[in-house]
Amino acid sequence: MSIAASSALSRKDFVSDQDVRWCPGCGDYAILAQVQKVMAELGIARENAVFVSGIGCSSRFPYYMNTYGFHSIHGRAPALASGIKVARPELSVWIITGDGDALSIGGNHFVHILRRNLDVNILLFNNEIYGLTKGQYSPTSKRGHKTKTSPMGSLDSPFSPAALALGAGATFIARTVDVETQHLQSMLHRAAAHKGTSFVEILQNCVVFNDGAFADVSDRGTKAERQLLLEQGKPMLFGRDSEWGIRLRADATPEVVAVKDVKPSEIAVHDETNPFMAHLMSHMEGSQFPVPMGVLRAVEGEGYPVYEEGVHRQIHEARESKGPGDFDALYRSGDTWQVE
Amino acid sequence: MGEAFPLASNKPVEVLEKVVIRFAGDSGDGMQLTGTQFSNESALAGNDIATLPDYPAEIRAPAGTLAGVSGFQLNFSSTSLLTPGERPDVLVVMNPAALKVNLPHLREGGTLIMDADAFTKGNLRKAGYAQHPSESGELDGYTVFDLAMTKMTARALADMDLPKKSVVRCKNFFALGLCSWMFSRPTEQTLAWIASKFAKSPQLVEANTRVFKAGWNYGETTDAFANCYTVEKAKIEPGLYSSITGNKALAWGLATGAAKAGRQLFLGSYPITPATEILQDLAAMKEFGVITVQAEDEIAGVGSALGASFAGAIGVTTSSGPGVALKAETIGLAVMVELPLVVVNVQRGGPSTGLPTKTEQADLLQALYGRNGESPVAIIAPRTPADCFDAAIEAVRVATKYMTPVILLSDGYLANGAQPWKLPKFSELPDIEAKPWKQQVAFQPYLRDEDTLARPWVSPGTPNLTHRVGGIEKDYNSGDISYDPLNHERMVHVRASKIEGISADFAPCEIEGLQSAEVLVVGWGSTYGAISEAVRALNSQGYSFAHVHPRWLNPLPRDLGEILRRFDKVIVPEMNMGQLVRVVRDQYLVDAIPLTKIQGQPFGVSELCDRLRGIVEENK
Repeated sequence: MSIAASSALSRKDFVSDQDVRWCPGCGDYAILAQVQKVMAELGIARENAVFVSGIGCSSRFPYYMNTYGFHSIHGRAPALASGIKVARPELSVWIITGDGDALSIGGNHFVHILRRNLDVNILLFNNEIYGLTKGQYSPTSKRGHKTKTSPMGSLDSPFSPAALALGAGATFIARTVDVETQHLQSMLHRAAAHKGTSFVEILQNCVVFNDGAFADVSDRGTKAERQLLLEQGKPMLFGRDSEWGIRLRADATPEVVAVKDVKPSEIAVHDETNPFMAHLMSHMEGSQFPVPMGVLRAVEGEGYPVYEEGVHRQIHEARESKGPGDFDALYRSGDTWQVE
Repeated sequence: MGEAFPLASNKPVEVLEKVVIRFAGDSGDGMQLTGTQFSNESALAGNDIATLPDYPAEIRAPAGTLAGVSGFQLNFSSTSLLTPGERPDVLVVMNPAALKVNLPHLREGGTLIMDADAFTKGNLRKAGYAQHPSESGELDGYTVFDLAMTKMTARALADMDLPKKSVVRCKNFFALGLCSWMFSRPTEQTLAWIASKFAKSPQLVEANTRVFKAGWNYGETTDAFANCYTVEKAKIEPGLYSSITGNKALAWGLATGAAKAGRQLFLGSYPITPATEILQDLAAMKEFGVITVQAEDEIAGVGSALGASFAGAIGVTTSSGPGVALKAETIGLAVMVELPLVVVNVQRGGPSTGLPTKTEQADLLQALYGRNGESPVAIIAPRTPADCFDAAIEAVRVATKYMTPVILLSDGYLANGAQPWKLPKFSELPDIEAKPWKQQVAFQPYLRDEDTLARPWVSPGTPNLTHRVGGIEKDYNSGDISYDPLNHERMVHVRASKIEGISADFAPCEIEGLQSAEVLVVGWGSTYGAISEAVRALNSQGYSFAHVHPRWLNPLPRDLGEILRRFDKVIVPEMNMGQLVRVVRDQYLVDAIPLTKIQGQPFGVSELCDRLRGIVEENK
């Protein structure tokens, strides 16, 4: 069943009649604009797209999309979306969530939807803070982060969303940042094209409660040194002139090397299908390393079944082998007796 | 095997009106199987039947212990029956622990059949007997048949070269054979059932058939039994019948309801006692297009169901009290987004984990009030196992017609109890119509139907009607987010009015018993059988009782207030601390009297009679 629109669409077709009410300067605006643009480029008819969210700043997103939308409850968007997708596999389903919504209160649903590999897209706006409740530390806040509920610094160790997703068996993991519109668009396209659950972590700036959390990654002056742009089959190089590279030591741990000091063959090459590489990239943290951006992992096809396809295949197989359900035969299926 | 097996005894036959029999043994003794098959024989004999399994919470408690005792009670009668009976007339026990647990229930003068071989020193000690109960005098007053069942089973299988463990496992068929003889049950169907049940192992077919016949023949030949009994056919509405448990009836009813609505059934559920069988049964119905998702938790169960409803399916979730507690927030969301949702609560003893395998009716107030905010939902309570089928269809109908969550309150007693069910014809069941969006006016997602106050059910995929729903309060007209104070009040009222309006569909309450009685007994849910039989019994003793049993608990029937005021006294028996009685007192200012039992066990008829009589005498 085609879900394509019958005529060409533009970004404006995906703009709803609701006033957008995020704080001025919020990174969410940029993400909204890119999602609307990409939806038009994908040519998905508005009525065949469903945006589902939980609670939080990011979760207001569905109200601003001129598609079907469901603003549900805190952490539960993957559960709602699972019902929608399993009931109607032909729909294009997008889950909009945040670091608190997906990884804290909704952690269980998050890992299980990844494990089941439904063909939906999860966009996690990671701002490392609770915004809607006005500034408490989140499960991705760095240790020591001082917030209203951690005046002496947070004692929690943060999740790496990508590492958590990988542990849950995600078949598609990508990372991008709100201000890099081209990169964000390309990640959204990749996510939409992926068969299975696509998980995209979008580093998103909260101007009010955690401004500049990703400044080094997104600022023009520093980003070349701080971003490692991953590309399939390409060596892992970064720096203004690609003067730095990632090399794996004998014990398989990564290190940053100057390209001029090593042979080209010593530089690690990215492979989206290699689980070891996804592991390395999702755990590569700390100021000595650049932040990996792009598709960390993408596997699909044989060995990575899509949940809702299995659900409907079993229904099909049951009907093939037993014939379509006959209720009268069902009622009679136990021991019966006739009363005259 | 092939030879004709005697169908009738040559011994004198005494006719009884009704018999309550209980089979009890260790969890591994096959008592549920034995009881179920004896029930089937009784149904085939034309009796009215009602059954109640009583099994331990532990999957395999240590053999021979009190915790491991599993029981199955059957009431079979030549007159109409509504309960599995209170005190058994006949108790069959396969070990000392089963005797210890069940002897207090056996009626005075009742018949006790024991496997003498199981009363070893070790088993007696495990059951807490200092000496053999036949020596202590505690079996005095009963008719006791202390039979070497295990030895006779072994003898019947002596030439078969079966391991000793397998031999012992056949002994329940000796008991089944003996009881089949004792009550003149038809045996052909049981022999056929053994052949199909154990078809994978011809050796077990042979063994169980031999032991069943050995039990039957023992009754017929031994001098221990002077005569046998029979219970004649009951007057039952003609038709094709099957025995059905409440959980199976719910599963089939939900699937039937969805089919009648022309929608796909989507069940999102998480296993929990005593509701799990509904998920299992529906998971086996894929050829009907039924979707089941075993979710990661209770919240995801209801969440996926609500998502499926948004997508146009009949979203259903099934659980028990602790699980429903976890679902509360999503039920509130369903109230707010006004989508169909059926939430089945098979109630068990609470609070918390409580008594998972025992029955209780203590979640009525949870269903009514257990959410934040003003959050009205429709609540329906089936009254018998077979009624679960109709109630499930009715829940689907109301959920779709009124775009609302419906909570269906079953309980452990209905879930596992079985009764004869007159098979319906699918084609004769009425269709369920969800009102489609009529494009006469501009679409708004919360534009209400004038009659039902329901909003339109428009699913993704419908062109030109894209819209967003969510948990935030919305504007009455546009459905957009609204924080306007007066709009909120209006929305709270309209959601409440919508639920109140459901009672327009109800038939007038049926009043059983004496219409001009002084005392009205008001019950709900699974107490129906016990209350009906008690009222019948009391009225036959010259008392004056009426009985009303509302099926819908929210909204309550429109004529209930007038009915309550017609009687001098109103008594409300419930398996809780008094929940419906509070609602009745609150809504109708009627001085209703609670009659409560919170023991994890259903009301017995004579117990109810005594207590109803007591309240009437006390309040004279």
